[in-house]
Amino acid sequence: MLLIKGGRIIDPASGRDELGHLVLKEGKVDGILPGDAPEEFAGKVIDASGMWVVPGLIDMHVHLREPGFEWKEDIRTGTKAAAVGGFTSVACMANTEPVNDTPEITRFIIDKANREGSANVLPVAAISRGLAGKEMTDFTELSEAGAAAFSDDGKYVANSLLMRRVMEYARPFGFPVLVHAEDPDLAAGGYANEGWNAIRLGIAGAPAVAEEVAIARDILIARQTGGRLHIQHISTRMGVEMLRMAKRAGLNVTGETAPHYFTLTDAALEGYDTNAKVNPPLRSEEDRMAVLEGLRDGTIDAIASDHAPHDDSLKECEFSSAACGIIGLQTTLSLALALMKEGTISPVRVVELLSASPARILSLRGKGTLAPGADADVTVIDPETEWEFRREAIMSKSKNSPFIGWKLRGRAVATICRGIIRHEAARGEESF
Amino acid sequence: MGRTGEKIILDGKGVERVLTRLTHEILEKNRGASDIVLVGVALGGVPLSGVIRQNIKNIEGIEVPVGVVDITLYRDDLGKVGHQARLKRTEIPFSVDDKRVVLVDDVLYTGRTIRAAMDALIDLGRPKNIQLAVLVDRGHRELPIRADYVGRNIPTAQSEEVEVCLDEKTETWRVVLREGAPDKGE
Amino acid sequence: MDWKRKHILGLSDFLPDEIEFVMDTSRSMEEVLSRDIKKVPTLRGKMVVNLFFEPSTRTRTSFEIAGKRLSADVVNFSSSGSSQSKGETLLDTARNIEAMKPCILVMRHNASGAARFLSRHLSCSIINAGDGLNEHPSQALLDLYTILKVKGKVAGLKVAIIGDILHSRVARSNIHCLGKMGANLWLCGPATLLPREMARTGATLTNDIREAVKNADVVMTLRVQSERQKATFFPSIREYFRMYGLSNNIFSLAKDDAILMHPGPINRGVEVTNDLADCGRSVILNQVESGVAVRMALLYLMAGGAHVAD
Repeated sequence: MLLIKGGRIIDPASGRDELGHLVLKEGKVDGILPGDAPEEFAGKVIDASGMWVVPGLIDMHVHLREPGFEWKEDIRTGTKAAAVGGFTSVACMANTEPVNDTPEITRFIIDKANREGSANVLPVAAISRGLAGKEMTDFTELSEAGAAAFSDDGKYVANSLLMRRVMEYARPFGFPVLVHAEDPDLAAGGYANEGWNAIRLGIAGAPAVAEEVAIARDILIARQTGGRLHIQHISTRMGVEMLRMAKRAGLNVTGETAPHYFTLTDAALEGYDTNAKVNPPLRSEEDRMAVLEGLRDGTIDAIASDHAPHDDSLKECEFSSAACGIIGLQTTLSLALALMKEGTISPVRVVELLSASPARILSLRGKGTLAPGADADVTVIDPETEWEFRREAIMSKSKNSPFIGWKLRGRAVATICRGIIRHEAARGEESF
Repeated sequence: MGRTGEKIILDGKGVERVLTRLTHEILEKNRGASDIVLVGVALGGVPLSGVIRQNIKNIEGIEVPVGVVDITLYRDDLGKVGHQARLKRTEIPFSVDDKRVVLVDDVLYTGRTIRAAMDALIDLGRPKNIQLAVLVDRGHRELPIRADYVGRNIPTAQSEEVEVCLDEKTETWRVVLREGAPDKGE
Repeated sequence: MDWKRKHILGLSDFLPDEIEFVMDTSRSMEEVLSRDIKKVPTLRGKMVVNLFFEPSTRTRTSFEIAGKRLSADVVNFSSSGSSQSKGETLLDTARNIEAMKPCILVMRHNASGAARFLSRHLSCSIINAGDGLNEHPSQALLDLYTILKVKGKVAGLKVAIIGDILHSRVARSNIHCLGKMGANLWLCGPATLLPREMARTGATLTNDIREAVKNADVVMTLRVQSERQKATFFPSIREYFRMYGLSNNIFSLAKDDAILMHPGPINRGVEVTNDLADCGRSVILNQVESGVAVRMALLYLMAGGAHVAD
């Protein structure tokens, strides 16, 4: 039994945004009490006055690196970072070693998460065996083993025919197909946004059009097949625009972006900062503004961290040899709240982007809402307190990020997963 | 400039008189001006060598060649001095082979500059001999070097600084001794 | 002006005064090179390591001669292929070299920013002798030195740089260097190798070699790498020469006293015709000569500051 009293309860799925007291019981949401808080409660009480109480945040795009790359991250540390960052569920991508293209790997991840995890882990299985882009994986078997969705993330399904077959085959099951939209020929091995900054620094450029062409193709294939398409980490202006057009046309297409695409631009590459090396690359200010507009007007459905840990040896090196990726589980919520502070999006929209929408896209039952009977996944957010993102505070094994040293505002003060408090920060505590 | 602890050792007239004497000593010792070349040590020795050259012309009617040696590339304290040693240019547009080279500098102190200047000269050829003329010898030698022609011997403390200044506008010289200035080397 | 730099990583953040300072120092070095004994004891007892991860003959040799003229102990460390292919990271390689206590590391690497990266991790001075597509500062400084020597000035001169601008670190350094010194820069090449964003450098862009060369005071052609053709930046070497090769005909559009420059090595008949490369207005060998003086100046400036650790 848990009582979270006196908070502002924001639950877009139920159309709720009001003060109240949330009662959790036996791993489920029991109900919301209006008016004065009960004098006595037979269980733990969390005082949430001045806080937001929202359905547990869902990060639909992370890399937990287990199995295979446990020195970068593992399920235990990755989900710990998730809990501290306010996330109760994370969808982990398939580019492990071995690749999550068999039910054994999917089950391994789920078992490991059940034993050691601090958050729900939703394995995303590969679209193609070995992420090789040639043969389809066994969708039904993987789905039965617990795969939440399918994605070759990190790689584009370059073969258009395979993509068509995948979308078509998956349609009756209702699986979302998550795509990393990047035409590898057009990207031409570049690892910075093609544009003035890349030219100035002499870094091989990957043009925005590499993403845009890929998004266009997959939207058209979704239209042809009627399959459920979700576009990952949208970073370009025309990418946002095409998603907007697809939605207007009534297609079953959704999209996500990551905090670095609405917070940073390729100007962050200055000094060959490998912490800003990420794929898709950080884009221009024009692209960033378009992503913001997409978040504001509802074109972009979700914010996902694309938490991509790499050990320091792959960041403390010359730019061309550095790995692409930014950790994000502990900064995503604050960076999303920054959008609210600057007036781009409302508090309700923050919760939609970080919880309700991902639950909807991944068809997660009992998640992304605080309706009675829903899973007792709750995040309590202090939207105001300023804190500094320090290297020592990083829970992930990989302790590099372009946001280290940033002063951020707002953070999760309590993360409750299936009724269990997985993270709790003392109120007013400077950092965690 | 009226700063406390500043003492004028030589005024304009004084410097001129000293240089006239030095010129006579050079001519006397070398029995005239033949085979003499003057090499000013950049930067301080350069205008002095010009005055001596003019004096020789006035006395002997001969124009002796004058060059400049920059010792920066021959310093033994590169990387240790607190400031970047700016390169001047060595300009000796004549052969020093078999010449009587008179090195001219403003202040003789540790002797390291003159050591470097001699190394530089020897890289350029094989003079008959090298002589040294200085306006001021302030002591504190760190190498066995002695001037052939000395304008003034001025006993100093190491904490003091001797400055030879030439006012470009009035073309008047001044030699001042000041206290407490940090030792910048030679 | 006091020289404060510990490293020469690129010219993008150089002030005109600093460039002048290097030019002035280089002139003093040229005086040394004009002597019978072309050697001074300046860097005696100091070690200069040439750490080259890309094949190079002239730049490495030029730095080697420059070091020796200054009496430094010069050691060459060449490693073909990327450091990764040897299983050792660039940082590990560089730290190994640094353990041998060099005073200055002259380095070339195929990764843009490699010199800057090492400068953050090593305590010795670093001179960038070419990093990926980014910069080749000593080349641009020697190009400027050559222009100043022949033309007496650079401000207001029309300088046309022709070829693969996109992939050229020589072009980038020259854009910074000549641009800061007031040259009227024109960049010319096929559209695939001349990104439109380059206009932000303040240079004028054109795909027409005639327009670029017309009334130019300086024509600088860049080396074309045949692998660019394989990557389909242009159809064939033959067509490249037809469009962007410098022939007598084209060069005659330049001013009568225009000079021809090339950073080398030349592909005769690709960037420049055979006879033009050897003509009286070609200063290609003067560039090589200037290179030693300029690199002596850079080594001297790197060794001379108060910052040198050993």
